[in-house]
Amino acid sequence: MKPIAGGRGEAGQVAARLAVAPAAVPRMGVTARLLEDERVLGWLLLVPTIALLATFIAYPFVKGVWISLTSATVGVPGVFVGFKNFIKIWNDSIFQRTAYNTFVYTGVATVAKLTLGMWLALLLNRHFKGKRLVRASMLLPFIIPTVLSTFAWKWMFDPTFSVLNWTLYHAGVIQTRIGWLTDPTLALGSVIIVNVWRGMPFYAITLLAGLQTVSPELHEAAAIDGANTWQRFWRITWPLLLPVTMVVTLFSVIQTFADFQLVYVLTGGGPANATHLFATYAYQIGIITGLLGEGAAASLAMFPLLFIIVVIQLWYIRRVEGA
Amino acid sequence: MAGRGGSGAGMVEGARWKKWLYFYIPLTLFVVGTLFPFYWMLITAFRPDAELYRPWRAVNNTPFWTTHPTWEHVTYLFRETMFGTWLYNTMFIAIISTLISIFCGLLAGYALARLRFPLAGPLGTGIFVTYLVPPTLLFIPLADIIRNFRLGDTSWSLILTYPTFLIPFCTWLLMGYFKTIPKELEECARIDGASRIRAMVQIVFPIAMPGILSAGIFAFTLSWNEFIYALVFLSSPQQKTVPVGVVSELIRGDVFYWGPLMAGALLGSVPVALMYSFFVEHYVAGLTGAVKG
Repeated sequence: MKPIAGGRGEAGQVAARLAVAPAAVPRMGVTARLLEDERVLGWLLLVPTIALLATFIAYPFVKGVWISLTSATVGVPGVFVGFKNFIKIWNDSIFQRTAYNTFVYTGVATVAKLTLGMWLALLLNRHFKGKRLVRASMLLPFIIPTVLSTFAWKWMFDPTFSVLNWTLYHAGVIQTRIGWLTDPTLALGSVIIVNVWRGMPFYAITLLAGLQTVSPELHEAAAIDGANTWQRFWRITWPLLLPVTMVVTLFSVIQTFADFQLVYVLTGGGPANATHLFATYAYQIGIITGLLGEGAAASLAMFPLLFIIVVIQLWYIRRVEGA
Repeated sequence: MAGRGGSGAGMVEGARWKKWLYFYIPLTLFVVGTLFPFYWMLITAFRPDAELYRPWRAVNNTPFWTTHPTWEHVTYLFRETMFGTWLYNTMFIAIISTLISIFCGLLAGYALARLRFPLAGPLGTGIFVTYLVPPTLLFIPLADIIRNFRLGDTSWSLILTYPTFLIPFCTWLLMGYFKTIPKELEECARIDGASRIRAMVQIVFPIAMPGILSAGIFAFTLSWNEFIYALVFLSSPQQKTVPVGVVSELIRGDVFYWGPLMAGALLGSVPVALMYSFFVEHYVAGLTGAVKG
């Protein structure tokens, strides 16, 4: 790229610019001349974006912090109460359970999605008949509106009519039915299964894009040197894919940590609050019960971890770009 | 085979066996696992109630297909609920908010990729950070703000808030796209007397068309998918979007209308699925572009 860019300085072009520019300048009005100024135009082009993001992200964020420090309920502005809401939810046993659920949900689902997604990406990176069709259909769980596909899962997990139970029973695996979503010890696991199902394709397809940039010659050379498949994965593929993997994983951790839809549809946080996540619990307190202050505090409880991940993400992108 | 081949045929046999174990079987499991819920949605949508609600251990149960396909759930959906209106609302909101986001993203992406102005760096970082803010962090204060703006229970509450997670994505994607377009093209136009804005609109934007398409498709599916804002901001049935309508109108108390629910889920997925199937490559480009940044 650089040598081509250097071509700008060619004498012919400079001469052309000098010849045309003076003729063009006098025709310009004040507005037109301002628009030619990078400093003015740059800001002007950003006005719509800044206006929308300031009104609907920055302002709500500040307002959310304020609400969390008041005793606001629906229709009542409330008064400043300091950290009372935070202290209250901190000592709330349901909130403690919620925090535990959210970390388990995020941790287990992320590891499973990364492992399965990497596996699927490696499979899809090979040549086989119908590859395009298979690859396209693998993304469906990610495309189809989550709430709608989650209903299919809820129906598959139905306590009375579950097709999964039917299959397992007729395969001789189980004798009594499994309460996928009604058994408090199983419910979180079932919700994690659905999250993995939905999120895994995102990993697979983005990692596949990364895999396609890895030169097959590296693998051939390593194979000649006697490296087996496993060694070639850990010594060649994994290190080369690490930047993509990092970005995908961090992005997915944010989404999983702040998840709402899956739990809302599958269990509503039950049974016995066994599957509440920060977002569903905040919805429960803030919107259903109407305690806006406490609800805002519960959703802000997500902030510290999100903040740390964003900082890591920014730092990592800088480092990769800087290298 | 065995008589002629000797050790050579043995190796081929071994390779074939290995290929089944390490490739075909896992890939088949992935395909079945990924697609089964959609198949199940389809079957349920066309299965009569008498078949749907049969005890799980019934001997004559044929759960994987239906012997009496029916349209009753689909007709229920359109006659007894406002499903048609929800489809229209979702489509309208998705299209307008996508257009707004593409417009903002084009301008912002161009400015950040091409122009040098004070605070450009921090602004770019700021936009990237908002891309990472999940809607579940802000829905409580936003509900209050929407009410104060008198936008509650209108499509505009969503049309104006969806761009908050679409614009950062579009900006980021298009910025990457603009950076790959050689500056010389614009400079040539400017030498010929075109203003910056004209060069941007007439030279750079048309070249960025594939990127615009990717961003547009991605933004469309994201807004079709959105749930929590729609759930919190909308209340009357005729304003709802498909995901919220299906959740709130097809479950009455503890009773789930599974037939219509699955029919609604199926029909609600068709527009995005169609869009996706026509533009798979663009979608994948958007997805991977969004990650690479």
